[in-house]
Amino acid sequence: MKIVMAIIKPFKLDEVRDALTAIGVHGMTVTEVKGYGRQKGHTEIYRGAEYAVSFLPKVKIEVAVDTAQVDKTVDAITAAAKTGQIGDGKIFILGLDSAVRIRTGETDAAAL
Amino acid sequence: MLKKTPVCAGLAALAVIAAALLFSDPAFAEPAAAAPALPPINKGDNAWMLTSTVLVLLMTIPGLALFYAGLVRPKNALSVLTHVFYTVCIVILIWCIYGYSLAFTGGSSIIGGFEKIFLKGVTADSQAATFSVGANISEYVYITFQMTFAAITPALIVGAFAERMKFSAVALFIPLWVTFVYFPIAHMVWYWAGPDAIQDAAKALAAAGPDAKAAAQAKLDEVMADAGLVFQWGAIDFAGGTVVHINSGIAGLVGALLVGKRTGYGKELMPPHSLTFTMIGASLLWVGWFGFNAGSNLEANGGAALAMINSFVATAAAAMSWMFAEWLVKGKPSLLGALSGCVAGLVAVTPAAGYAGPMGAIVLGLIVGVVCLFFVTTVKNALGYDDALDVFGVHCIGGIVGAIGTGILVNPLLGGAGIIDYSAIPPKVADYDFWAQLISQCKGVLTTLVWSGVGSFILYKVVDILVGLRPSVEAEREGLDITDHGERAYTM
Repeated sequence: MKIVMAIIKPFKLDEVRDALTAIGVHGMTVTEVKGYGRQKGHTEIYRGAEYAVSFLPKVKIEVAVDTAQVDKTVDAITAAAKTGQIGDGKIFILGLDSAVRIRTGETDAAAL
Repeated sequence: MLKKTPVCAGLAALAVIAAALLFSDPAFAEPAAAAPALPPINKGDNAWMLTSTVLVLLMTIPGLALFYAGLVRPKNALSVLTHVFYTVCIVILIWCIYGYSLAFTGGSSIIGGFEKIFLKGVTADSQAATFSVGANISEYVYITFQMTFAAITPALIVGAFAERMKFSAVALFIPLWVTFVYFPIAHMVWYWAGPDAIQDAAKALAAAGPDAKAAAQAKLDEVMADAGLVFQWGAIDFAGGTVVHINSGIAGLVGALLVGKRTGYGKELMPPHSLTFTMIGASLLWVGWFGFNAGSNLEANGGAALAMINSFVATAAAAMSWMFAEWLVKGKPSLLGALSGCVAGLVAVTPAAGYAGPMGAIVLGLIVGVVCLFFVTTVKNALGYDDALDVFGVHCIGGIVGAIGTGILVNPLLGGAGIIDYSAIPPKVADYDFWAQLISQCKGVLTTLVWSGVGSFILYKVVDILVGLRPSVEAEREGLDITDHGERAYTM
């Protein structure tokens, strides 16, 4: 099992969700986050006081999938979240030791 | 030790009021005996003044409060709202106890007396003068209308030292400031005997025989001298360019300098936390300002209509000039720029509202938008003072532009309304003298700057000694909402 963690543009969230649903991934955790990568921030001006805002709002999604599904999941996210502009985001894949469904006590793949 | 119990400041303010009430003579509430027969008040004028009074309250709460709250960081939003709300309430009480008497009774040309302390002698039948002979309004509505002015002026100041002044310091400073700065300035600029008294004395002089001439002239001189110092100089201020805006603006600057910069100023991000609130607040200020400016006409006539149209066009012009100037210089037209220009325009047209013509008011608005933009960006950054919400840059500077501009735009040749000479029979527009008027206006401005600047400096020092001005750095970092008030604006 793996955790696929993707940092994407906020307005791409619904498209990514639809793409993952289409390949049979049912469930994700979404967090509103801020950060920066190659896309630099922007400047805000309030009555002449200039502020360099270097942390931009992004959405982080986390999906737990079976190892066999990782490639499909990454492809689906990449296709849905891509605009071709700097700032589209990144995908990280992390190992996942075990999982438990709280309601039933099912474990690992059955719990996903 | 007083310094460790900040609640003392607020309690002291309330104690003064409570003690005053306890020692007040119940006989004061009785109507003055044998008042002369007066003409009935004009119900239309009275209705307009009742409405205007409520509109000025709307400017302050929630208008000014929201305008300011949106400009601070979320951790200080309630602090600013509390400062404004507290100021309104405490000044309303002080105004009725002794403020009205000090501002609007005769005495000296600097400050009034205690003739109407506890509103002594005022009843529902009492009348107050307007700007027309034989047209009076209820004194109670005049008292409440002027009360709202006394309340909003110190509320403007709190924007300058926002985010780093203890509530206890504000609680003590506001009652002191209105007493020693606002009431004298209002008296100096606005107190006069009124049109009826001047007209009666002028008619008596005209009717007097050769032997009574000298006595009648002396009587007229006495009536003309029964006015505030700045009024006697001939300085005109329709709705409070000096009394409200220059007065509060310079007091704000002195406060910002004495209390020091916000911790992290110039290094940390301090953007406005809700320009949505600021937009709502600025719009409520504009709406309420019609009560402020058109209400200052005291009668529901053409003069009020002139003040109204001027308050529309000068404001729109200033919002546009600020926005477009910012677009040219900074590259983007901002909402905050338009809102700041709107307030600057309202400030500048305040002294001019009933004197300038509409086209003159547009010119005034176009100029003040650019001048204030220059002050809150270039000048403030160059000098490095932390006037947090630009009380000096917008209200003091805008007020000065308005006060000087009024002296020019009142000229009937420029479409202005002119200045009425009430000693003529009947009253008529006096001859306009450019230099004399300009000098009078400058004297009014300088008097306000010096009185308020020096007076405020002393009062801040007194408050600093008694309760201290600044919270600890930890308290400031935590935010005044939690450390001063024990509550937060946003729970998430």
